[in-house]
Amino acid sequence: MRRDGCAPDRPFVTAVTIGNRRLVVASGAEAAACGITPGLPLADAQAYCPGLAVFPADPAGDAGALRRLAEWCGRWSPWTVPDGGDGILLDITGCAHLKGGEDRLLDEIVGRVLRAGFACRAAIADTAGAAWAMARFGSAARSRVVPGTARATLAPLPVAALRLAVDSVAALERLGLERIGDLYPLPRAALAQRFGDALASRLDQALGLEGEPLSPLRAQPARRSRLAFAEPIATPEDLARALALLIEELCRSLAAEGIGARRLEIACYRVDGEVEHAAIGTARPSRDPRHLTRLLGEKIADIDPGLGVEDMVLTAPRVETLAAAQLSMGRLEPSPLGRGQGEGVRPPGRMGQCNDGQPSPRPSPGGRGGGKGGGSDTDIAALAILADRLGNRLGFANLRRLAPRESYLPERAVAVLPALAAPRKAVWRSGAARPIRLLAPPETVEAMAPVPDDPPVMFRWRRLQHRVRRADGPERVAAEWWRNPDPARERDAPDDPGAIRDYYRVEDEEGRRFWLFRAGLYRPDQPARWFIHGIFA
Amino acid sequence: MAGLANSDLRALRARIQALESGRPGGRVMPLGLAAIDAALPGGGLALGALHEIMGAGADEEDGAIPAAFAASLVARLDGVILWCLQADDLYAPGLAAGFLSPARLVVARCRDDAETLWAMEEGLRSAVPAAVLGEVGALAPTAGRRLQLACEAGGITGFVLRRWREGGMAARQRAAPSAAVTRWRVAAAPSRDTGEPGIGTPRWRLELLRCRGGAPGAWLVTAGLTECESREERDASDHVALAAGLADRPAEIAPRRLRAG
Repeated sequence: MRRDGCAPDRPFVTAVTIGNRRLVVASGAEAAACGITPGLPLADAQAYCPGLAVFPADPAGDAGALRRLAEWCGRWSPWTVPDGGDGILLDITGCAHLKGGEDRLLDEIVGRVLRAGFACRAAIADTAGAAWAMARFGSAARSRVVPGTARATLAPLPVAALRLAVDSVAALERLGLERIGDLYPLPRAALAQRFGDALASRLDQALGLEGEPLSPLRAQPARRSRLAFAEPIATPEDLARALALLIEELCRSLAAEGIGARRLEIACYRVDGEVEHAAIGTARPSRDPRHLTRLLGEKIADIDPGLGVEDMVLTAPRVETLAAAQLSMGRLEPSPLGRGQGEGVRPPGRMGQCNDGQPSPRPSPGGRGGGKGGGSDTDIAALAILADRLGNRLGFANLRRLAPRESYLPERAVAVLPALAAPRKAVWRSGAARPIRLLAPPETVEAMAPVPDDPPVMFRWRRLQHRVRRADGPERVAAEWWRNPDPARERDAPDDPGAIRDYYRVEDEEGRRFWLFRAGLYRPDQPARWFIHGIFA
Repeated sequence: MAGLANSDLRALRARIQALESGRPGGRVMPLGLAAIDAALPGGGLALGALHEIMGAGADEEDGAIPAAFAASLVARLDGVILWCLQADDLYAPGLAAGFLSPARLVVARCRDDAETLWAMEEGLRSAVPAAVLGEVGALAPTAGRRLQLACEAGGITGFVLRRWREGGMAARQRAAPSAAVTRWRVAAAPSRDTGEPGIGTPRWRLELLRCRGGAPGAWLVTAGLTECESREERDASDHVALAAGLADRPAEIAPRRLRAG
């Protein structure tokens, strides 16, 4: 609970209205000392404690705040989960030594969370169940259960500390089983029979006899690097420098494994308990620190550091194997002398790692290059760097290559491939004339075509009148038979061009050339519907 | 002034041209059409520089013929072509029909002019593609200058296809100066009559409106730049005549013209 805009010592509660009753949802420490517990009618609470400050409860806001806080706790362990409405579980396996032991980690966590304005109790134990019990029912605000002593430590705690349903607790208390220790000697089968599997299982979980998997907030990438700062940093230069260090460290570990990153995410943990995220993708796996720093550097420029960033964690959620030869891609420099001088200027020491030291053969400009679309490995590698730069701003879906697709319908004749897809060997349908600009969807035009099956003599498009001087056609285009043309649909939707079209290439008096078509078959009883579908060069 | 020999004048012009282009002895790409190459400094289109192409009439909005003209130019280069566009109406089968193999294209779809200019600059500076084309509406002088510098830095040729959303915008911007080394306008011309029914060979009216160190002119060419049919003579009030007149003016005027150019 965070106190905002309330005097430091004034007791306060949050309340909710259910029907015509107002109930206390949560109480601050001072209010709790007056005996105000959650669930108490607000009128009673105000009688117990005159001058009580009341705030409306906001369950959704509380859940969101808890989630953000849980994410912020990712600075101590990547494995954090919000637990119920009032707790956060951290799996600190292998993390405590970074802070100099469990006690110091515990002190730091409690100190930071208090400073962020939240009241908190914390406990470290072998199991999530034991830590949960100690944090809520232990005698101290922070406690650490020495490994192996959970059974003895939990024994004096009330049974409610086992995370049981309210009626189970009441049933146990009715039988005089008030302490967890009271349950130890009882036969397991009898307990399960009487109180259900939940009790036995909760007890086993608390004592570590049964596993309890936690699913963390964020997927856990195996590759991460982390940087903590003695003083919070806030300037863009500092952030960029820290980023470069992180990426260098991560790239070293990627290199050791022979993999490259396809996606990088960075989380900046702010002093005020917020977490800022940024992410980039790459078209091909990469572990070139310079390239990745440049990509992520642009994204991190948009991050709001607030009062300062204390921790940065860089992760690589998507990795792929990366052969050593591809390392050379990062060494490309824009050559001031132009393309004729070869693609890459590489430091001599790097030569051993690239596939060849020769610039790719490039005929001099003047000869018409055939369909060569980035053939050699170096070309593709260099293109990948550019694709990453463009893709991260424009979106990778907006960076494409075009390939022919077998379809008679003009709007379906082009397949869109990712920018680094190998150029397909398929050939473009030639013969019939195709426009250089295709209007999608086709636009209706008013056309005057006195003779059926003849091109129009005049048409009006976008408020301009075009008188047709010359024309070619018709070219009958029909959708494939499996795209079953439905005549009924054509009548219902006059703007739908349908699947059977007669295309004409027409030239107006200025010399502009257009692609017009008449939709559907000629029917004497219906006016012909004309569309423009493209513009020729 | 009268004593200035013709050869001196020619040498001076060559020096000024080198200064203007910023790259003495820069590489050029001949178009293969002698009449047009003669008008361009160095006998061809300057490589590693920015060129501006616009349409005429309603094609200022559609950008069909400028796209085909640019495609036939970059088809003469070798390598990947980066084409930055906003409207997704470039039709690959149409490009394949005599202009440029679409397999060489990488198409970058941008949201607005600013993003297109950014993508072009990235492409030019990366020095990866053989040429970068961008369909741009508004082109501020500084933006054009940046692109020209990016062309020089990467040694890559850039093409700005001006494509305005509406006629008013076109009218305001078509005459504004830019940092490009050449400015072209291509318009449709009635196709050549072959005597057969139907459309004959498509033709364009190609105008070189502005060219640093070259001579503006207008030509009638077949689509795809396979043939140049004729050269139009320009009248005395035109840019060519003006420039010639300036050559004999007092010396202090000359630098001002350079800046304005």
